[in-house]
Amino acid sequence: MMNIEVKTKKSRSVYDDAVEKGFNRRDFMKFCTTMAAFMGLSASGVTAVAKALEEKSRPAVIWMHFQECTCCSESFIRSSHPMVADLLLDNISLNYTETLQAPSGHAAEKSLHETMENHFGEYILLVEGSVPTGDMASCCCIGGKTAEQILNEVAEGAAAIVAWGSCASNGCVQAAKPNPTQATPIHKVIKNKTIIKVPGCPPIGEVMAGVIVHMLTFERLPELDSTGRPKAFYSRRVHDTCYRRPNYDAGLFVETFDDPNAKKGYCLYKVGCRGPVTYNACGVTRWNDGTSFPIQSGHGCIGCSEANYWDNGPFYSHLAEFPGFGIESNADKIGLAAAGITAAGLTAHAVITNIRKRKIIKEGVAEGKYGLEPKENESQEKTE
Amino acid sequence: MADRLVIDPITRIEGHLRVEVEVQDGKVVDAYSSGTMVRLIEEIVKGRDPRDIWAFVGRVCGVCTTVHSLASVRSVENALGIKIPPNAELVRNLMFCTQYIHDHVVHFYHLHALDWVDIVSATKADPLKTSEIAESISNYPKSSPKYFADLQKRLNGFISSGQLGIFANGYWGHPAYKLPPEINLIGVAHYLDALEWQKEIVKVHAIFGGKNPHPNYLVGGMACAINVDEANAINAERLAMVGQLLRQAKDFVNQVYVPDVLAVAPHYFDWASIGGGLSNYLSYGDLPTNGYNDPSSFKFPRGAILNRDLSKVHEVDPTDPSQIQEYVKHSWYSYTEGDDKGKFPWDGETKMNFTGPEPPYDQLNVEDKYSWVKTPRWKGNPMEVGPLSRMLVGYALGKDEFTKAVDGALKYLGVPAEALFSTLGRTAARALETQLVANWALEFYDQLILNIKNGDERMANMELWEPESWPDLAKGVGTTEAPRGALAHWSVIKERKIENYQLIVPSTWNSSPRDAAGQRSAYEEALLNTPVENPEQPVEILRTIHSFDPCMACAVHLYDEKGEHVHNLNVF
Repeated sequence: MMNIEVKTKKSRSVYDDAVEKGFNRRDFMKFCTTMAAFMGLSASGVTAVAKALEEKSRPAVIWMHFQECTCCSESFIRSSHPMVADLLLDNISLNYTETLQAPSGHAAEKSLHETMENHFGEYILLVEGSVPTGDMASCCCIGGKTAEQILNEVAEGAAAIVAWGSCASNGCVQAAKPNPTQATPIHKVIKNKTIIKVPGCPPIGEVMAGVIVHMLTFERLPELDSTGRPKAFYSRRVHDTCYRRPNYDAGLFVETFDDPNAKKGYCLYKVGCRGPVTYNACGVTRWNDGTSFPIQSGHGCIGCSEANYWDNGPFYSHLAEFPGFGIESNADKIGLAAAGITAAGLTAHAVITNIRKRKIIKEGVAEGKYGLEPKENESQEKTE
Repeated sequence: MADRLVIDPITRIEGHLRVEVEVQDGKVVDAYSSGTMVRLIEEIVKGRDPRDIWAFVGRVCGVCTTVHSLASVRSVENALGIKIPPNAELVRNLMFCTQYIHDHVVHFYHLHALDWVDIVSATKADPLKTSEIAESISNYPKSSPKYFADLQKRLNGFISSGQLGIFANGYWGHPAYKLPPEINLIGVAHYLDALEWQKEIVKVHAIFGGKNPHPNYLVGGMACAINVDEANAINAERLAMVGQLLRQAKDFVNQVYVPDVLAVAPHYFDWASIGGGLSNYLSYGDLPTNGYNDPSSFKFPRGAILNRDLSKVHEVDPTDPSQIQEYVKHSWYSYTEGDDKGKFPWDGETKMNFTGPEPPYDQLNVEDKYSWVKTPRWKGNPMEVGPLSRMLVGYALGKDEFTKAVDGALKYLGVPAEALFSTLGRTAARALETQLVANWALEFYDQLILNIKNGDERMANMELWEPESWPDLAKGVGTTEAPRGALAHWSVIKERKIENYQLIVPSTWNSSPRDAAGQRSAYEEALLNTPVENPEQPVEILRTIHSFDPCMACAVHLYDEKGEHVHNLNVF
């Protein structure tokens, strides 16, 4: 009976593998360009990506699954650009992932333990899911051990740790009030190491791929913001990269779903869009090979990459207030912005909305164009 | 004396499943299935806005994404008396069909195939012969000798690198693998092709729901407005893309998935008499052609079959408390009136009562409680749910498309109808229903185009959107057929908030522990008499478990009707 062992020898580079698979140099460079673009690098960065992928061997990767719904794994395999699925399945050595690996039970654990021993200090640890803690630790057990025990063991020898998705980054839905299983994000369990947070429910597949390739390429963690998210993908609000933003600036809003304004693709702010308080790449990268993103398909952003977004509802109530010219606002400030039902929010918005568009808005409102009632104090001039 | 064999984690599933089996003389003589992870989402949705719940419960599962959101919006609409426009029903049907096609193909190739296909054996295949076989079973274009030769070269390189990744420590070379090297090579090729293809079909979800996984739904319809004269709405370009994706999906199912299943099956006919398990089958049915409130219009019919008697299909009513009960005799919960009685979802209660061993543990105490999964019963009977149940209900009702599909496959394979009641039958039923769904998707698509052509662009009914328009108390049930089987969400809305919310999901039916009467559920029953050649490499057990396509995040959930959370963890 043939039983193949995981070997520790350093093997060929990503480029060697790509050539062997029948990809030519041009395909390879195309991939590098795409990844460089995703990582927010300039043209000169492409060479760095290419060089790194040509030279490096396949690092061992462990993917743990705790309290999760597997949407992160599903999103990861949606990663769409040429060769990405192949590269990530074949050119990292994904030695443990319950979702895809061939063996079960002892043989699966053997793969895990061999990797932890033979690649101590070298492997990349990817964690999907939150960890139930304290007297609720038994709410997630694998092979008879609690998630908490396993995470502590497996984190010790990790060269880098990535928290996939909102579950691992901030607890997500199971940590919403009253958090009955004491679901805990991994940075609150592993406190002595940097955790790269890639939030979202799930994160965009290409973003997940981009984070891994960044580490392969530069052999260092991507630059992170103050909350631990890679700046490459989480430094812009969905609102500031939204193609419907001009409607917001012009005061053109959907009043209710499927109304005439919805059919024109106006701004979804008044039906609850969380784009103004959500940092993610949805407006730029979009989803499923750039096919669409929630706002493009007519539903507001629910803010799935922000901590506590489940308790920041109800989803269809618009945000009370937030800075009107927001690119300069940082995540920490925005994180403090509360959501709630109040007409004051909209008035505040009207005040800070681009004054130069006031005339257009006023005319539109007067004609009943946007479904907005003309305000009594509309004539009251405000200055910045 | 039987030996206890523990398999934990069961991989290539969604979630966390542990199986303990008693093996005697190379066969399973008893089996215990345990869900080892719980999140209590039903508890979390209490007190929230009913219009938001689809998003919360959608996160029950990211593999069978959309199905919980669909059941949820239906449950709320059912409670509040909201009727959705025909276009919204059609778009939901298209989302449903997309999910089936994606999920079943991914299940077969990426979660199930490695139980049947020996990756290492594929290195010994003759590419020319492989091509001949491939071309004899399908007109799929990627079937040339060169295609298979290139693939084999790539595979050889991968194996010789010594870094086997997800394939390391697989059960390669196990005598239970019976396929010739050439069919193994076809399996490897299509494993990769399916991985490439699967990210395409889900774009239908992105178009209508903004993203996949976890596309957006809306109580009252769908949020994707139609306007054929607007770039920012569902227009001709978006619809053309949907049409193309659906046609490509149909081709993939007909040219790759179904031919592969039919090519693999004859090498595993012994599995047509292994893994049958329960003899009762349940389907709520789905895919309305005249609205969700008219179950008689469903493409997948509703009904139950008892004792494999295909001459009678029993009526199923998910609102009838005498039909559905959940038990906790062997689950880590307890009932106030004792654990021997079942409870209807609207009247249920849950108190956590973890009596399991303190982790790390070697074995569960299966005489007592041993799972986070509750045990549902239909009229006291354990039921199997899933593709086999759906196909059997349609077949037993004599529905033309079902009888043609089933009889056609039985004839092609030269096996009797009894072969359906097995691990192989379950796997074949999944492929056959995917073929039906791929056809229906195009019917729904054509109907949507026709509606729009006739001037109907409505996508949501907002008449009862505002909570002020709702009654003080309302109860609803939303049913669907998830890819893994019958799914229902029960909701109670009091004073415009969720008072109570309960799910009974497919993998709860199938993976649950024994009930109060000691009856096994589907996994446990199906594992009886399964051969185990080598306890260190229990590939035979995986075959039967995987044939159900377990989804454990779905299976485990609970709630407390009074909104109180009870900590009662005896171990600590």
